[in-house]
Amino acid sequence: MGEIVKVKRAVLTVAVIGNPNTGKSTLFNALTGLKQHVGNYPGVTVERKVGTAQLDEKHTCELIDLPGTYSLAARSPDEMIAVDVLLNQLPGAPTIDAILAIADASNPERNFYLISQLLELGLPVVVALNMLDVAETKGLEIDAQKIGKALGVTVVGICANRGKGLAELKTALLRTLDKKKSPTGNTTQFPQAMNAEIDALLADLNAQKEKIGRPINRLEAFRALVDKGGHAEERLASKLGADFKNSLDERRKRASAAPLPAEEVRARYAWVKNALSSAIKRPAQPPATRSDGIDKWVTHWFSGSLIFIVLMFVVFECIFVWATPAMDLIKYLFATLGKNVAASLPDGALKSLIDSGIIRGVGAVLIFLPQICLLFLFIAIMEDCGYMARAAFLMDRLLSRVGLSGKSFIPMLSSFACAVPGIMATRTIENWRDRLTTILVAPLMSCSARLPVYTLMILAFIPDRGFYFSWLGMRGLTLFCMYFVGIVVSVPVAWILKKTLLKGETPPFLIELPSYKIPDWRGVLLRVLERGKAFVVRAGTIILAVNIVVWALAYFPHSRDVGERYAQHRDMLAQQAKARIDQSTDLMSAAEKSATEKGRSTLEIAMAQAEKYDAARDQKKAALEISGKDEETKKKESAEIDAAHAESLSALSHVFGIEQMWGEIKNIRAAKETVKEVEHDLKENLEKLDNQESGDYLRRSYFGRMGKFVEPAFKPLGWDWRISMAAIASFPAREVIVATLGTIFNLGDEAEEKSASLQDALKDAEWDRTAASEQPRKLFNIPVALSIMVFFALCSQCAATLATIKRETNSWWWPVFSFTYMTVLAYFAAMLTYQIGMRL
Amino acid sequence: MGLKVSDLVTLDQLKPGQRAIVERIHGEGSAVYQRLMEMGVFDSAELEVIRFAPLGDPMEVHVQGYNLSVRKVDAKHVEVKVLT
Repeated sequence: MGEIVKVKRAVLTVAVIGNPNTGKSTLFNALTGLKQHVGNYPGVTVERKVGTAQLDEKHTCELIDLPGTYSLAARSPDEMIAVDVLLNQLPGAPTIDAILAIADASNPERNFYLISQLLELGLPVVVALNMLDVAETKGLEIDAQKIGKALGVTVVGICANRGKGLAELKTALLRTLDKKKSPTGNTTQFPQAMNAEIDALLADLNAQKEKIGRPINRLEAFRALVDKGGHAEERLASKLGADFKNSLDERRKRASAAPLPAEEVRARYAWVKNALSSAIKRPAQPPATRSDGIDKWVTHWFSGSLIFIVLMFVVFECIFVWATPAMDLIKYLFATLGKNVAASLPDGALKSLIDSGIIRGVGAVLIFLPQICLLFLFIAIMEDCGYMARAAFLMDRLLSRVGLSGKSFIPMLSSFACAVPGIMATRTIENWRDRLTTILVAPLMSCSARLPVYTLMILAFIPDRGFYFSWLGMRGLTLFCMYFVGIVVSVPVAWILKKTLLKGETPPFLIELPSYKIPDWRGVLLRVLERGKAFVVRAGTIILAVNIVVWALAYFPHSRDVGERYAQHRDMLAQQAKARIDQSTDLMSAAEKSATEKGRSTLEIAMAQAEKYDAARDQKKAALEISGKDEETKKKESAEIDAAHAESLSALSHVFGIEQMWGEIKNIRAAKETVKEVEHDLKENLEKLDNQESGDYLRRSYFGRMGKFVEPAFKPLGWDWRISMAAIASFPAREVIVATLGTIFNLGDEAEEKSASLQDALKDAEWDRTAASEQPRKLFNIPVALSIMVFFALCSQCAATLATIKRETNSWWWPVFSFTYMTVLAYFAAMLTYQIGMRL
Repeated sequence: MGLKVSDLVTLDQLKPGQRAIVERIHGEGSAVYQRLMEMGVFDSAELEVIRFAPLGDPMEVHVQGYNLSVRKVDAKHVEVKVLT
């Protein structure tokens, strides 16, 4: 018993906190290595990262990484997380035993502003003064020990990216955890009246403990009083009623004549100045750093824009093109694996589930990994070296018009390749309204999965006509419009979202443009791995589940009648073929017998010679086929080859000795030809039958029934039940519609968007006739093709995107909302397209 | 008197290379007000405009020993006295 308590006590928790861009994650990774796991705090989109640090041979502690922040003054639930964790007010979160505050030594004033707030919590604090090397290039001389003395805590100078000072830091942490000593230095001095009001408010709030449901810490009272409109005030007001805000306003008036935030900031910066004055020596003239030199080029209006465009092009090219070989490989591996596993299983539901449901489902998850890893490799590098902030600086103007910020640019751009990594990239956006808006509009960008849909429809139905000396083609123009429609629609959607559902105070776009640094490669790789793993584990399970459900809807009810009918059909074909082959074989043996009587060796020589001629002819024809000559010439030359072949045979027939058995030879050759033909036809017919059978099953499946059920709703779009069901069945991923259409139109599920037979099948497809007297009517035409394309440009048929939204927003409501709004939008836009198209 | 008024401008009106001292921040109670001050832009702080983004907005300002990107709308809240 005593043993257990001791062990439990040994697990101490340290909160890691600091400004953004201070190398906090680098330090966290350096201290914990791979012993970390990522989750979400309940109810908010903030990531919860916890890891274990080995302090010495015997002792470890838990590190909890808090989001980067400049201040504890929270304006949203997300920002409040850090405060709640520190105050031990978050259900399920561990009690904090000490704080590890990380500060950028090259920029001490603003960093110590946060530390001045942390020192007031009463918790033991260790300060890691990072980037001493950068401070040196700025000409700063820093005495960490002196700062420590002034603050009454341990201050350790480190270079996290080079691993310098980590041992000292661990020792300091261990000692602080052991002694549990609170900071002993002077904290910020606030005006008397302000302190009095905070204390009075604290007493007042604690008197209403029951109503609030928890005890209140002085920091929370401080924040509620000072941060007008902040989250601490709002949260208490929601428990105590509107009167609370009025009473706060009165307290504020009593506390100070000047606005309280100004009082706080002035007092804290004065404290920082005082605490650091003797410990930091500054050069009279700050030297021009290399970082400033780089910035001249990187943010210059011309060279900066050029660098940005080239970089973005590389990023996009990378996830759009370079990821393809890896994606093709994954696709191929899982298709082969599925086939091989299926081959060893008996026919039936289990075989189909394992092949089409599970193995392909896993493939459907892993297929995203190349894009995710590549994008995050770029993002991690750009963040680490300091370029991310510059990218946001350059692009902010463009996106601020729709109420977003420059930070949304890279997620949006990435979404043109795939919305999944794009949505995951929104983590760099701190403001949760901006982040959510970006998450909701990112899937409107035309991703690579839409391309097969566009390609199929354009190749099959858009005429290949050019304008302006065929510089501008009709097909290219259509494709361009499809990409454009998503962008055009996203502007009002983002605008409306920011005005309605995600309404709120526009956050000031204040970001630090940090000094350039060499990336910490180990940290970059760790982050790439962590993102990939998080996707597979958390979004992957949802995607796999969706795949299995969709498989079941397409498979059941697997009527036995259909199978039996096709089995009968197969037997019949096989029997017919067998009869014809037997007949030919009889003819052949009769002819052979008669010829052998006339001379066996002559027969063998003649047959061998004739076969040589055949082979030569076939070889010439094959060469002609791939020669690249035009059809007319090919036809002519093919006829010439045939004529030459016939002449050779005729010459052979006149050879002495062969002459007398030529009739038999001709019969043998004809019978052999027939057997070959019959076997070939049988194989082809059986394949056709297989495809027809899968088509029949699919049309009778639950999906087929759903298609018929919703057909009336989709008629205004020009769709029949087969198109409707293909659209529904492509819920796991848009490109699935190509294979689904292939199956529905009896071409099997291996049809590709560029296959001519699928295009022809679509061109030939007709509406089901309700009465025999009805005139046949073509199913597809240009407006129908356009309506399908517009629908797929705007709809949300992508389980992976929705699963990622669920994971990133930590709520089911947002994927449901995303699916609903996009489907409604897609439906009406497609209807509009079709109706206008039919009237032109 | 007239001279004094012309000395005071809002931060967004400065040109790259100009240095100034913050006189006051407007918009008390707003997020911009609080955030600007927390980032070190408060009265008596010295700052220098480094450059504007290629599209004209936001602007880069050197303050408290680091570089800060501020949108012009937010910079309008900052009243400064021009030094050079």
